[in-house]
Amino acid sequence: MARRARAKRSAGSAVAEAAEPAVQQVPPPVIQVRRLTKSYGHGDATVHALCGPWDPQTDEPLGVSLDIEPGDFVAVMGSSGSGKSTLMNILGCLDVPTAGRYLLDGIDVGHLDESQLSLVRNRKIGFIFQSFNLVPRTSALAQVELPLAYAGVRAAERRKRALAALALVGLSERADHKPNELSGGQQQRVAVARALVTAPAMLLADEPTGNLDSRSTEEVLAIIDGLNATGRTVVLITHEDEVAAHAKRVIRLVDGQVTSDVRQGPAGGPPPVLARQLAAAQAQQAQQTGALIGGRS
Amino acid sequence: MIRFAFAGLAANKVRSALTMLGVLIGVASVILLLAVGNGSSTAVKNSITALGTNSLTVTSGSGGGARTSSTVKKLTVDDARALANPAAAPDIKSVAPVVTTTATADYGNISYTPGSVIGTYPAYFETANQKIASGDYFSADDVLNSAKVAVIGSTTAQQLFDTENPVGKTISLGGTPLTVVGVLQTKGATGFTDPDDVVIAPLPTVQNAFTGFGSVNQILVQATSADTTTQAQSEITQILMGTHSLTDPTKLDFRVSNQTSLLSTRESTSQTFTVLLGAVAAISLLVGGIGITNIMLVTVTERTREIGIRKALGAPKAVILGQFLTESTLLSVFGAGLGVAAGIIGSHFSVVGIKPVVIPSSVFGAFGIAVAIGLFFGSYPANRAASLRPIDALRHE
Repeated sequence: MARRARAKRSAGSAVAEAAEPAVQQVPPPVIQVRRLTKSYGHGDATVHALCGPWDPQTDEPLGVSLDIEPGDFVAVMGSSGSGKSTLMNILGCLDVPTAGRYLLDGIDVGHLDESQLSLVRNRKIGFIFQSFNLVPRTSALAQVELPLAYAGVRAAERRKRALAALALVGLSERADHKPNELSGGQQQRVAVARALVTAPAMLLADEPTGNLDSRSTEEVLAIIDGLNATGRTVVLITHEDEVAAHAKRVIRLVDGQVTSDVRQGPAGGPPPVLARQLAAAQAQQAQQTGALIGGRS
Repeated sequence: MIRFAFAGLAANKVRSALTMLGVLIGVASVILLLAVGNGSSTAVKNSITALGTNSLTVTSGSGGGARTSSTVKKLTVDDARALANPAAAPDIKSVAPVVTTTATADYGNISYTPGSVIGTYPAYFETANQKIASGDYFSADDVLNSAKVAVIGSTTAQQLFDTENPVGKTISLGGTPLTVVGVLQTKGATGFTDPDDVVIAPLPTVQNAFTGFGSVNQILVQATSADTTTQAQSEITQILMGTHSLTDPTKLDFRVSNQTSLLSTRESTSQTFTVLLGAVAAISLLVGGIGITNIMLVTVTERTREIGIRKALGAPKAVILGQFLTESTLLSVFGAGLGVAAGIIGSHFSVVGIKPVVIPSSVFGAFGIAVAIGLFFGSYPANRAASLRPIDALRHE
């Protein structure tokens, strides 16, 4: 309950924040992907995991092109083998594309070496995985401190920020618990706290609710909604329509090609589900206020 | 980082303990075996000083020439007298002909056979570095008079008299009554023979009772100083060639041996022994190091996914490398530390009659090498972990 109230509060502030960049210039996209392809194997055995449309003349893949604006909440959908995980790995700088350009927050990732890539992963991207991927035998607090430690933040500052991140996901009381002492939903919330603690340019969630029951799914998605409402860019990979309903933009991949790109809400402003809740709450409030004014019981 | 390494090691306690045991055994065996080798060479050094550095022993027998035993002339008391001539041999200080035999000694109802019964002159005591603990040596007069007196070693005294004071008591040696006039100081066993298990009596007394007045077993010669032993040795050869009427110096029927050179041979043997022991120990240390590599490789494989997570969170290569190197170094440091403790404790017990003497440099050396081994053998698995591609590491099941 307390968490939901917090989400509402942050949603309120997000409206004000989102209005600001619109007044200035159009901000550069967080992600700019140009003619990206990824293939495995050689010769006849080549498998194109990510190819985009095919050039009718040369029969060569033209690659996937994609722009994602700051503050957007994009769901990438597709069945298994559609290339969505490959796209996610490339966007997360975990894998390198076979061809094409990828600009993350204005930086051309293709020209970076191993150590620079680890720096980019640390500063620009927050990962949320389907299988949580917490470090075993490590307390929740230490998990969340880990990316800050790699960034070279001092211990006291690190602790403060990690505790704040844990409070945001509603796990302040579980800071000393190890992964095996937490439920699936709690583990995923720790992973979310770990992803957001460095204040990255983009949250990258690979089927974050795939291993969770429906209640935990709601909790985690509500946190992600809240984060997006505060202006954090979110890219979420899923194959569930209910999860995709939370996104402002839904991209469908089939066989390595983008088949549909639907906008469900404006890039600025709260995500659709939160917006509806907000609207409903306002309506209810208005009704209540109206009831008070009207004097009817 | 050290905290993480501890947690990593604690996650597999049995495995970590066994790996440490490998290093422990390696380090402990290096320290202990080198200490045993060192102990035996120290014992040899002590026996050199105990024997006296300026003593020479003349024994009969051919020096390698093909001579039949009939032509070998035994050493006699006359040979000893010839050597005692200061005009012919200015570098010889004293001469003591020695006969050795065995006999059973009786005191009261106790019967005991000492290791050896020696008949000689009083000069023997100084030359052989035998010091008296109680009573006195027998005198030159006792030799002239064939007095029935004896000086006994501490082991013999202990066996025959136990806590009683032997001085002034009469023992029966093979039926001959001998009055004990002195007890020698304990020299301590240096090898397989106990130098304290002796009865020493005047030469004529022993010859009269046991060996007869023929040849003597050896002649113990003391040079005037440690520097003149070489000259004394050549003087002995000259004189004995004369008395034995020999002309060819390559075909001698006696042998002059220098105790120091004899024992330095033994010392170099024991050094070879030390090196061999050290090599065996070093191999076990190497095996311990390979154990570390093996376990770290297993750990890396097991924790590939964790490495993937850390890389996804932005861990630079150096951090992953450092973490695994810290773990392997911790393993070796703890193993080596325990090994040093085990080695030092183990060296307090004597091994096959040798009291080990710990070489301090071997302790630091073994510890240092073990830590270096941890770094060296840990670097391969650590480097492998750090070089994993994040996507491969994350996909690892």
